Amino acid sequence: MSHLLRYIFEPGFFGSGPVHVALAVGTVIAITSAVVGVFTVTRGQSFAGHSLADIATTGGSGAFLIGINQFWGYLAFGAGAAAFMEMIGVQRRRGRDVATGVVLGAALGLAALFLYLGTQSSTTTGASFTILFGSMFVITSSTVPVLIVSALLALATVVVLARVLLLSSLSPEIAAARGVPVRAVGAAYLMALAVSVALSAVIIGAVLSTALLIGPAATALRVAKGPVRAMAVAAGIGVAATWLGIVLAYDSFYWPPAGRGWPVSFFVVTLIVGGYLVTYLRRRDRREAQPEMPPEALEEEQVCSPA
Amino acid sequence: MFSGLMLNTWIAATAVAVIAGVTGFFAVLRGSTFAAHAIPNGAFAGAAGATLLGLNPFVGLAVFSVAGALGIAGLGRRARHDVATALTFVMMLGVGALFVSWSTEYAQEAYSLLFGEVFGVSAAEVLPIVVLGFVSIAAIVVMFRPLMLSSAMPEVAEARGVSSRRMELAFLLVMALATSMTVPVVGALLMFSLMIGPAAAARSLTARPMLAMTLSVAIALVTVWIGIAVSYQSNWPLGFFVGIMGAVFFLFGQAYAAARRRLGHTANRAGTASPAATANPAA
Repeated sequence: MSHLLRYIFEPGFFGSGPVHVALAVGTVIAITSAVVGVFTVTRGQSFAGHSLADIATTGGSGAFLIGINQFWGYLAFGAGAAAFMEMIGVQRRRGRDVATGVVLGAALGLAALFLYLGTQSSTTTGASFTILFGSMFVITSSTVPVLIVSALLALATVVVLARVLLLSSLSPEIAAARGVPVRAVGAAYLMALAVSVALSAVIIGAVLSTALLIGPAATALRVAKGPVRAMAVAAGIGVAATWLGIVLAYDSFYWPPAGRGWPVSFFVVTLIVGGYLVTYLRRRDRREAQPEMPPEALEEEQVCSPA
Repeated sequence: MFSGLMLNTWIAATAVAVIAGVTGFFAVLRGSTFAAHAIPNGAFAGAAGATLLGLNPFVGLAVFSVAGALGIAGLGRRARHDVATALTFVMMLGVGALFVSWSTEYAQEAYSLLFGEVFGVSAAEVLPIVVLGFVSIAAIVVMFRPLMLSSAMPEVAEARGVSSRRMELAFLLVMALATSMTVPVVGALLMFSLMIGPAAAARSLTARPMLAMTLSVAIALVTVWIGIAVSYQSNWPLGFFVGIMGAVFFLFGQAYAAARRRLGHTANRAGTASPAATANPAA
């Protein structure tokens, strides 16, 4: 038994400071992302969620250039982009992805410039790599409190807004008829999304931030009934994937071919997508047994399952 | 600016702009903007893998972009489209992160694949780009009518026997083909900006599909040409100019559309229905 445990947890896993920080921060981020993600998936804003992560990292490199704390760069660019998307039409379902795409395109242009100017002053060619993939094992513990507080603020916003948000996500017309300020609620939500995504992008990179936002929520919406349960299940999946990913990344230090460890992001993404595929395929089996169900109904069922 | 090596740059960039203008038009019309972002960026992971195996990065780009198209279309059959795209995309990037961590000297090449190396195009690279460009344009021309119908009016297309799933897959495969040829030249990020900015601007300028597609290509060409000229003079990256110009063209298009709507509104009150306002369901 102890051999097995030692095989799973490499010696030193529980004693390592960076691992403690990674586990703590990873847990907070996984929970926030999963809860916010349930609404992101329900509202069909996955693209915005991913774009905000990319845009926030651009802000980070901009802040690095002018020598202020990168954290403010992340936050400013994330919030600014959310406001801009809202302004040019992200609230219309049809024009949403195009508006997101235009903002993302401009931000990526800025990213190219910042990276270019950055490499002019210091030869850090790894910058583009860090921006894309991030690294969980290099969080300094001094930035941890402020990150956690901001994440909890975003989480609280979404939880407070949950009821109106859900109604205006599923049926904007009914929500408007009941006096819900649909656009203001949407804007507030987008802001919370921007903050939570920007924070997770700082710590775990844009790839992992998108994976933790969309994957657990999409899986949970397939298996859980009702929005509260979906949020709980999503948080559970997110936390489990993050922990398992960190353990595996720590274990992989002696794995072939390089002997430097495999990236955390690879493990977490694989676990999340794997989990989603399991529910996806399981659902398909059951559906094929009921051929009388028209495809529109299936789509409807999935979209409205939180109701 | 127009010397031997730069001539290759101009030819390659022109070919890329034409492809991006055409595929981007359909991407915007179909609302596949996320796929247009995911396929080029995910294909980057394939290039990393190919370099690791000692293969031509081109092979990795092609394999990964096609795999991405299949993944998006496959998952998209029974799931929300944006969710399918997001998950396929993060999986490709996750594998990319693994590949990059295995290889030792990849960082510099990663930068060039993301942001392009448009000023270092060799004559040997120009030919495959132009050929693949013709192939993807030809593919779009062949399926032009059903693709247009299923993009603009999916229900009508289904009623006429055009399977929207099959059109989706076909379109994503064309995008994958276009991607694998353009990413080594202009980079994954720029390819995305070049597909979305001009096409979105063109869509808000006119509701007529053929005109919008032509405009989309024209704006993409102008963007790239100006971008190359300014970038050559200033030494700043091309991606910056293309990204910003795409957004500027889009905002200009939106302002124009808003102004036209206001004019159309007054015309309506005067008793003459504005055909442009009624023909554009998105307006």
